[in-house]
Amino acid sequence: MGWDQMRPLLEQGTIDTLYMVGWSTLIAALGGLPLGILLVLTDRGGLLANTVVNKVLGAVVNVGRSLPFIIMMVALIPFTRWVVGTAFGPTAAIVPLAIGAIPFFARLVETSVREVDHGLVEAAQAMGGGTWTVVLKVLLPQSLASLVAGLTTTVIALIGYSAMAGAVGGGGLGTLALTYGHQRFETDFMYIILAVIVVIVTIVQLLGDGVVRLLTRRKRTG
Amino acid sequence: MITTTDLTKVYHSRGREVTALDGVNLHVRPGEVFGVIGQSGAGKSTLIRCVNLLERPTSGTVTVDGTDLTALAGRGKRAGRPLREARTRIGMIFQHFNLLSARTVQGNIELPLEILGLTRRERARKALDLLDLVGLADKARAYPTQLSGGQKQRVGIARALAGDPKVLLSDEATSALDPETTRSVLQLLRDLNRQLGLTVLLITHEMDVVKTVCDSAALMRDGRIVESGVVSDLLATPGSTLAAELFPLTGTAGTGRTLVDITFHGGSAGRPVISQLARDHDIDVSILGAAMDTVGDAQVGRMRIELPGRPEDNDRALAFLRAQGLTVEIPGAAATPGVALSKEGA
Ligand SMILES: Nc1ncnc2c1ncn2[C@@H]1O[C@H](COP(=O)(O)OP(=O)(O)O)[C@@H](O)[C@H]1O
Ligand SMILES: [Mg+2]
Repeated sequence: MGWDQMRPLLEQGTIDTLYMVGWSTLIAALGGLPLGILLVLTDRGGLLANTVVNKVLGAVVNVGRSLPFIIMMVALIPFTRWVVGTAFGPTAAIVPLAIGAIPFFARLVETSVREVDHGLVEAAQAMGGGTWTVVLKVLLPQSLASLVAGLTTTVIALIGYSAMAGAVGGGGLGTLALTYGHQRFETDFMYIILAVIVVIVTIVQLLGDGVVRLLTRRKRTG
Repeated sequence: MITTTDLTKVYHSRGREVTALDGVNLHVRPGEVFGVIGQSGAGKSTLIRCVNLLERPTSGTVTVDGTDLTALAGRGKRAGRPLREARTRIGMIFQHFNLLSARTVQGNIELPLEILGLTRRERARKALDLLDLVGLADKARAYPTQLSGGQKQRVGIARALAGDPKVLLSDEATSALDPETTRSVLQLLRDLNRQLGLTVLLITHEMDVVKTVCDSAALMRDGRIVESGVVSDLLATPGSTLAAELFPLTGTAGTGRTLVDITFHGGSAGRPVISQLARDHDIDVSILGAAMDTVGDAQVGRMRIELPGRPEDNDRALAFLRAQGLTVEIPGAAATPGVALSKEGA
C-alpha cells in the first residue's frame, strides 16, 4: 500500500474524527457545564440547596460515568437511529459520544467550581448579588482556567472514544485503523494512523495548556 | 442604625445543636464605630453575618437604618429581591478580603456597581473615585495577587463603599494584617466614619482594635453580650471586664499591704494625682504597673499601685482618689455588681 493510496484515506479519516470529536465536545460542554454547576448549587449548603434534585442528578451522572462506553454505544443504537436516522457513520457516532461525555465533563466542572473560595460567593451575596450574579460573575470566571483544563481532558477522552466508535462502524481514524490494520494486516498503515492520532492528541493538549497558562498568568502578573 | 432584638441562631450539624447566638440585643447608633469583641467561637461572625442576613437567624429581628431585614427576607431560603436591594446599601469587608483574582482592582470595585445596574462609564468613574478615596489611585489595573495585604483590604473597603452604604460591616478585617498595616487600615475606617458619617460595626478578637477606633464596644461570650456601652463609660465602670482587658494590670500585693487599681479617664489623666496622694497623705506609693492610651480622643488608662497597710487602714487615701473623679478598685475584694454581670455568660 503506497502513500498515494494512504493519503486520501488519512485525510478523510482525520476529517471524520475531528467532525465527531468537535460536535460531541460542543454538546458535552453545553450539557455538562450547567449540569456540573447544578451539582454544586443544589448540594447541601449551596445557593439552590435541594437534596432530591442533587441526589437525582448525582445518580444520573454516576450511571453515565460507570457504563463502559462500548456498551453504552450499543445500548444507544435505537436512540441514535431515532435522532439521526441511522446508527452508522460519523454523524451517528456523535450521539453516544456526546451522551457519554456529558457526565464526564459535568464531574470535572463540578470539581472546578467547588474549588472557588466560598468567601467570594459570600462577598457577592453581601453586595446584593443573586444566584445568576454568583454563577456568571464569580463561579465561572474564577474557575475558567480549571474549566478549560477539564475541557481539554474531555476532548482527549473523546478522541479515544471516537476511535472505539470505529469498532461499530463510526468512521474516522478508528475505523481506518481497524479495517486496514486488523482485518487487512496493513501494519505500516496502522502505525501511521496511530501516529496521526498521537499528533492530534498532542496538539489538543498543547493548545489547552497554552490557554490555561494564558488565563492563570493574567491573574499573577497582570 | 443597627438594632437586633433577641437574636438567636442555632446550628444543627451532625445531629448536634450549637447555639451560636443566645438572645443578642445590639444597638448601634448612627455614625459610631461599634466594636464587638470576644474569643474565638463566641459567636461574633455569626452575629455580623446575621446583620445582613447572610445567615438566617433562628429567631429575633434585625433592623438596619429603619428597615426590618428579617421581615424582608421572608420564609424562603433564597434571598429575594427586597433583601438583595437592602444588601446593596450595607457594605461588608472580610478577614481574607474575598477579592476576585480574575478581575483587576478596578473590576473588583465595579462588581457591586454591575449588580446595581450602572453603565460602563458610570462604573469606571465611580470605581476610580473610590480608589482615590482609599489611596490606591495608581492600582486600578493591577490584579489582587500583586497587592500587599493592606492594599487588598483597601480595595475591599472601596468595593464595600461602592453602593454608598450608610453601614459598613467588618468581620475581623485586620486580623490577617501586621500591626503597622492594621493601624493604617483602622485609621482609614476612622476617617471614612468621620468624613462620610459611616456607621461601622466591626468584630474583632483584638483589644487594640477596640482601643484604636471604637466609640462603643460589646463583649461577647458564649453567644451572649455580657457587657456593652460607650468605651469611656465602660472604663469608668468598676469591675468592667472590658476595661480590665483593654488595660490589663499585673502585680500582687506584699503581705499587709493594699493593691489599688485606678482608672483615669477624661480630665483626670493629666493631673498629678499620685504625687499629690503621696505628699498630702504622707504615704509611700509604689507603682506596680500602668497602661495609658488614647481611646476615642481622650487620654485614658489604668494604674495599679500598692499602699502600705491593709485596705481598712487606707480609707482616707481611697476617699481622696475617688474625690478626684477616678475609678478605684481593690482587686481581689468582694465582687462588685459589674463583675457579677460579666460572669453571667460564663
Ligand atoms: N455553619 C455552621 N455550622 C455549625 N456550627 C457553626 C457554624 N458556624 C459557626 N458555628 C458554631 O457557632 C459558634 C460561633 O461561631 P462564630 O460565630 O464563628 O464565632 P467567632 O466568630 O466569635 O469565632 C461556634 O461554636 C461555631 O462552631
Ligand atoms: Mg469569626
